[in-house]
Amino acid sequence: MAVFWAVAGIVTAFKLLLIPSYRSTDFEVHRNWLAITYSLPFDQWYREKTSEWTLDYPPLFAWFEFYLSQLARFFDPNMLVLSNLNYASENTILFQRLSVIVADLLYIYAVKQFVSKCVKAKKKEDIEDIFVNPALVTAVLLIANFGLFIVDHIHFQYNGFLSGMLLMSIVRIYEGRNLEAAFWFSVLLNFKHIYLYIAPAYFVYLLRYHCFASTPDGKLSLRSFSLSKLFWLGTVVIFVFMVSFGPFIYMGQLEQVLTRLFPFKRGLCHAYWAPNFWALYNAFDKAATIVGVRLNLLSPEVIPQAAMTGGMVQEYSHTVLPSVSPLATMVVTLLAMLPALIQMWTNPKGPAGFVRGVVLCAFASFMFGWHVHEKAILLIILPMILLVFGKQRDAQIFLVLSTIGHYSLFPLFFTPFENFTKVLLLATSTIYTFLTLGSFHGAQRGFLQLPLLTTPESVYLSGIVPLQVYSSFLHPFLGLERRLPFLPLLLMSVYCAVGVTYCWVKFYKLSWDDKTKKLKTS
Amino acid sequence: MQFYAKLSVVVLSALAIRWSIAKHGYSGYNKPPMYGDFEAQRHWMEITVNLPPNQWYKNSTENDLLYWGLDYPPLTAYHSYLCGLVARWINPDWVALKDSRGIQNEQHKLFMRYSVFIADILVYVPACILCFLIHHSYSDNNKLKGIAVLLLQPGLALIDHGHFQYNSISLGLTLLATWALGQHLDLFGAFFFCLALNYKQMELYHAMPFFCYLLGSCFQKGISHGIMKLMMLGMMVIITFGLCWVPFLENLESTRSVLVRLFPFGRGLYEDKVANFWCSLSVVLKLKELLTTDNTVLLCLASTLLMLLPSSLHLLRYPGVQRFKVALINAALVFFLFSFQVHEKSILIAVIPACLLVVEHPLVVTWFITISTFSMLPLLVKDGLLIPSVAATFICYEVIRVTLHPLHNKATWIRVLHTLSILGAIILTVVSQVLTPPEKLPDLFTLMITTYSFLHYAAFFVYFHYLQFTL
Repeated sequence: MAVFWAVAGIVTAFKLLLIPSYRSTDFEVHRNWLAITYSLPFDQWYREKTSEWTLDYPPLFAWFEFYLSQLARFFDPNMLVLSNLNYASENTILFQRLSVIVADLLYIYAVKQFVSKCVKAKKKEDIEDIFVNPALVTAVLLIANFGLFIVDHIHFQYNGFLSGMLLMSIVRIYEGRNLEAAFWFSVLLNFKHIYLYIAPAYFVYLLRYHCFASTPDGKLSLRSFSLSKLFWLGTVVIFVFMVSFGPFIYMGQLEQVLTRLFPFKRGLCHAYWAPNFWALYNAFDKAATIVGVRLNLLSPEVIPQAAMTGGMVQEYSHTVLPSVSPLATMVVTLLAMLPALIQMWTNPKGPAGFVRGVVLCAFASFMFGWHVHEKAILLIILPMILLVFGKQRDAQIFLVLSTIGHYSLFPLFFTPFENFTKVLLLATSTIYTFLTLGSFHGAQRGFLQLPLLTTPESVYLSGIVPLQVYSSFLHPFLGLERRLPFLPLLLMSVYCAVGVTYCWVKFYKLSWDDKTKKLKTS
Repeated sequence: MQFYAKLSVVVLSALAIRWSIAKHGYSGYNKPPMYGDFEAQRHWMEITVNLPPNQWYKNSTENDLLYWGLDYPPLTAYHSYLCGLVARWINPDWVALKDSRGIQNEQHKLFMRYSVFIADILVYVPACILCFLIHHSYSDNNKLKGIAVLLLQPGLALIDHGHFQYNSISLGLTLLATWALGQHLDLFGAFFFCLALNYKQMELYHAMPFFCYLLGSCFQKGISHGIMKLMMLGMMVIITFGLCWVPFLENLESTRSVLVRLFPFGRGLYEDKVANFWCSLSVVLKLKELLTTDNTVLLCLASTLLMLLPSSLHLLRYPGVQRFKVALINAALVFFLFSFQVHEKSILIAVIPACLLVVEHPLVVTWFITISTFSMLPLLVKDGLLIPSVAATFICYEVIRVTLHPLHNKATWIRVLHTLSILGAIILTVVSQVLTPPEKLPDLFTLMITTYSFLHYAAFFVYFHYLQFTL
């Protein structure tokens, strides 16, 4: 596996090249957290509010920042001063960037574990080729994933090592070491609570697989329930949560911490609409409003100002369609997960089925969740990579989803330099993905078709090119920036939402059909 | 189809690396009053768009030659002129006569970076692809590997997209010429090489092999065909040069003013600390104190010519494409090691043709590439390019290591020697960055780096000569 380490090394070196790149406010967010954890006793961590970027990740992440800050002072102690808002000296940048790159080593290790334990090599002679060998291709797709790359190493976040923890727990599931899997996932939840999106899959799988056994024909055997297994499972999970939240519960700060973690005051959609169901919902509302006004069915006075100017304010108020409450989104999300969870329970198909469950839960949360960030698409894309060497149709959906999902991250990057970097990187990674998966599944290509894709899918994906040309050149060229400043973003969001929804439906159907087929044969 | 998809992955990754390097620092940033090569190139745009061609190379009140006066051949001037026009179209302040000196802002940097990037894409990248793509004896995989090495070779990317120069044009043209000779399109070869020479006079390092190869191939054709070919080649050279020099051929005086600018013998023996023979010799023997400048020039000239003789005569007698490629490396190394007024960047002129041999001789090539980037370390560090230099060198080294297996089937002593040599470079890099040199010897680490590199270059010089004579 010399090539694996070479790939890991090359990707790491590339991350070093990106050190001076554009940084989003998340850079300042994490610098501020370094300062908070360094300069305050931990009972003040979730109370401090000098900066608007208050600590809003769970306690284990705060401790992670605390340990980082102990190293940070050797680089530049000034970054650890609470009042030094927006401080970004050269050494601060170097330190923070390096911390992401070094933390990624956990991810690389997890990928190594996955590809050596869970991916079977196809033929011996392919062993060294990064375009052919399934294990290596999986490794490249994971380690050099476009989304992680630009979100972590340009935009600035720590998704890499968190994905590493997720992957570690999935590997443990593949190995049947369920308690360790539960441990890794609990730790992960206490680092970043966005992973609650996929917690239902873990809950159902571990309960079903760890605490119950199956009869030989795959049915649930209720009698096999093991209380001691449930006890140990619960102990592991509760132990991790107590280590993390215990001190804050003891200090009576639990409520304070939770309000920081779950700020429901934010709007239904993020400033830029993540390409999900609500983006389509909002867009439909907006379109209906315009049509309504034209046909004199709606009087212009009832329409909120923002909706008419095309502004994308945080709180988008609906005119035609009913407004949506956080509770409603939660209910819809859970309903969307339910079939997947039921299927996991009644018709479990081992680790690969579990990964499907994870993907479907992530999908449901992304599609219907409250205030979803566009970055959450990575929560769907990354686990899906684990399936692409299984069924050809999984690979097909992955190709559409990863292309459109990665493209939907584009609005995060708008500075002149990075505008070009993102295009180069997306082109490279997309060509690589199509090339490797296409040749692995022996794709026959028809006229106007991308590998493995149908003609409409190919046309849809190619539509990205004119869309991008429009939003970056034509739109400003036509002088529409003043009048319709948010039109390109809206178009992108809706365009991508169509593709993501399509992939969701298709993936659900594929996972569901799978079950019926299996029932027929048995 | 698959091959082209793979090729585009390779090319796009290389471009992404270049573009990421471009985000880093460049030479002379925040260093008034002279700044650096970045400012020099910008200044040439300023001069060429504002003054008529016959004033470009002449000192005047508008054109102070002491401030980065144009000292490259006409093609560079024309290229500057083109870039200058675009710059003026985007923002006239960038090339305003005199007022634009030392301009520093993000937008202008972006423009300059794009100009290098475009030059790279238009000349160097196609040349790299052609060199290996249209080459009958390589398998598809080897073609890809060769292209990857030429594109990932860190020195050129760091100097052009980091430090800031347009070497990719002259080196790309030389590669095109080499490719043309390989395809037995000798006239095109001569044409491209003349263009390269007219872009950067440093390409004279390669002139001898081109001359000997072409002349040798004329000899081999028999008398009548040979003379015919020689005349065609001569015509090609004269016409190309003539066209490039049109605005400067009005009278002898204007031609002379350009030539004086191109070959400034007034400067020192070597610019900075360089890993060549004279600089390394200075550790034990201070030539500068023993000889006058004129004598030093003569000494350099004599030793360079003397050292050029073996490989040139050999090529003249046995002109062959493969031998020609090795001779390109040898000639460039001779110039780098022995000539007058050498820049540390000039080692690129030897490294690029060496990359053409990477499929057949992966070990010596990867070794050469690594040491050459290492030898430029003091310069790169000055430009704030330490991290990208290390990263880009590592990427290239790893790519060659896992695709071409340079140490495969090599004797143990070679493996050990190679490992020690690379380890030594790593240690020297770390030491030079971590420790402060003693006050009495502020250049200690720089001299250690150049001497260490010189020892390697001397060995490569011997090895490549051996290679040429045993081909």
